[in-house]
Amino acid sequence: MTEHHRASQDIEQAQQTAAFYDMDGTLISTNVVHAYAYYALHDSTLTGKLAKTAALLGKLPFFWAADKVDRKLFNEAFYKSYEGFWEDRLIVLGEEVFDKVIRPNIYPGALSLIKRSREQGHRQVLITGGIDYITRPFAEHLGFDDWVANSLEIKDGKATGRIAPPFIAGPNKAAWVREYAREHDVDLERSFAYADSGSDLPLLTSVGYPAAVNPDRSLRTTARSYNWPILDLTR
Amino acid sequence: MYNIDRDTYRNVRILDKDSAPRYMHYGEDFLDIKFPAGTRVLYPNLPMKPIDNRKAAIRYAINHPEGDDPLFSQLRPGMKVTIAIDDISVPLPAMKSPDIRGEILEILVEMLEDHGVEDYEMLIALALHRRMTADEIKHSVGSKIFNTYYPERLYNMDAEDPDGMVVIGHTEEGEEVQVVRRVAESDLLIYVNINFVPMNGGFKSIGTGMSGYKAIRHHHNPQTILKSDSYMDPENSELYTRNIRQAKVLKEHVKVFHIETALNNKMYDDALGFLCTPEDDWTAADTLKFKSMQWALKKMPRGAKRSMFFKVPSDYGLIGCFAGDTEPAHKKTLQKCWQQHAVKVQGQADVLVYGIPFASPYNVNSVLNPLLVRVMALGYFFNMYRNKPLIKKGGTLIVTHPCYDDFDPDHHPSYIEFFNRCLVETRDSKRLAHHWEEEFANNPNYVEMFRRGNAYHGVHPFYMWYWCENGQHHVGEVIVVGAENDHVPARLGWKSARTMDEALEMARDIHGPSPEITLMHHPPFMVADVT
Repeated sequence: MTEHHRASQDIEQAQQTAAFYDMDGTLISTNVVHAYAYYALHDSTLTGKLAKTAALLGKLPFFWAADKVDRKLFNEAFYKSYEGFWEDRLIVLGEEVFDKVIRPNIYPGALSLIKRSREQGHRQVLITGGIDYITRPFAEHLGFDDWVANSLEIKDGKATGRIAPPFIAGPNKAAWVREYAREHDVDLERSFAYADSGSDLPLLTSVGYPAAVNPDRSLRTTARSYNWPILDLTR
Repeated sequence: MYNIDRDTYRNVRILDKDSAPRYMHYGEDFLDIKFPAGTRVLYPNLPMKPIDNRKAAIRYAINHPEGDDPLFSQLRPGMKVTIAIDDISVPLPAMKSPDIRGEILEILVEMLEDHGVEDYEMLIALALHRRMTADEIKHSVGSKIFNTYYPERLYNMDAEDPDGMVVIGHTEEGEEVQVVRRVAESDLLIYVNINFVPMNGGFKSIGTGMSGYKAIRHHHNPQTILKSDSYMDPENSELYTRNIRQAKVLKEHVKVFHIETALNNKMYDDALGFLCTPEDDWTAADTLKFKSMQWALKKMPRGAKRSMFFKVPSDYGLIGCFAGDTEPAHKKTLQKCWQQHAVKVQGQADVLVYGIPFASPYNVNSVLNPLLVRVMALGYFFNMYRNKPLIKKGGTLIVTHPCYDDFDPDHHPSYIEFFNRCLVETRDSKRLAHHWEEEFANNPNYVEMFRRGNAYHGVHPFYMWYWCENGQHHVGEVIVVGAENDHVPARLGWKSARTMDEALEMARDIHGPSPEITLMHHPPFMVADVT
């Protein structure tokens, strides 16, 4: 190694490292639809409960198709379902969704991966397309240093069904990570990222150590092509 | 020039100008190569006659142990017993069913039950090797044991389980002794070994097999390997000395009853038995069989060949079973191992040649990647000696292998990073250890793939590199014949030749016009007893 290289490595070592995690499908087996289903089933009125649940069931094929085409399209369509929800109810039920839906579905390997990563001195950062009401208790439970999630736009105390910018998905996750790295002096070349979906390729390619976790077919193919580690945290 | 006598004529042949070409392993293929007159060729011993009644031999060993009381007299109701067995890395290729491990376990389980022992578990002593799949375990232990005990009471150990591993103490040199917690908390550990080569078994199994990185790093390092001359010869192996230190600490905590088994070298069945004999003795039918096999293999895709080879188990025979205290039992096992594998050889060679096959202990059902090619060349095969290396100091080693740049991302993920990131910076073992070993060993990705997938531990490519340390320091040049690319040999620090003639010409440039050339004709493996 030349003196020049050694000097530059010393500078790099002074920077922090981080591990960025997607949430749904990566660390937990549930996804945003499960969370919404819980909200729908626990609407304060019987008619609301029936109407929201029926609407969700009716839209499931569309959501499935939209997710296959484009995660951004799926999220925009899906979050419209929240239109009319009272914000205070979203907050209260968020804790319950975490306890009843999310916590039992955390993959066994997720806990040990995060623990190992923290032991290596990496900042633990969660970056998810889920909504913040549910993400907050999850991030606190697992002890993430930082997290970012989507926020529903609220008007007059009610959700409008739109996402408040910036919309956290696909390329925007990568942009957020780069911005985060600048703000926190994180060396992305020495940082890690974990995701389960091909839609997270921008996030994964932002760091020096990407890993596919329980990957879908698209991400598995890419991971194989680039010899990225493929992790199965489900067992 | 070499001397051979009547006793060694079976194993040592000196070629003349009319001698037949010799066949050599070349990854998943075979080459046949004409060597110059005067070349010395070493052949393994014929397989020793196996014991007909294996279960009787196992029972006899357990009931008449070396330096210990019979196993049955040590059992009592309510005690906690753990049985550790060797993993898939031995024997190689796999043993035809029934595998000796299964036969021993069936006897042990019956004996434990008969004596009222209810709390017993069986673990596969992986150390930092990959987890075995359910099918692989089933093959090793047999259906009866597998169907009854897997996965609750028969399982892969997990050397990275923070709750499942424990440091039980330190050696007088300050080395940590780490072991599976279940073993540390047992009243009795029964270790079941397959002693395929003299390096296997004894204190190495106890000191390494059930350990994790914290303990193994104290002997799997460049300094230790460099001082092991050779690691196939326990008496002269620093590696083994350090294993003894750690194993003795373990034995202060847990009573150990060791069962060792020595196998013969019957790697090929009767139809292919001619492959172990000198080519000049082949019949016309043998030659036809070889040529047909060679032709058919050339037509097959590499993956299909590999898969086919791994599906063909070997009909090994049991030649000895010894039990009891580790040291005396292992001493007897080693005698059998030497009897089967040692080939007397007079004089070292200027140029040593051998073929590298498709398999090593670390790529069962997988790819022999470039780092494993090197470990076969400069690690395992180089160390197949006793007294002194078969090759002179500064001699030239010639190996045959395609050296494909192919890695198994599920079994060897950290090897890929090691090869493409670390080796481009340095080939120096101490620098590699200093700069990257800890990082790889603790990389969360590799830890999780090791624990939940079928990956070797993140540190394993370093160990493979260190494993060659004494060979690397002893040999002058390594020339690979038939590499299908330039960059793999270059990255390993090897020279490349298109043909054996070209390689021998390169060797003559170093050693003069008439170098002493020796070809090790294996597998089956042999250990050269060099005087």
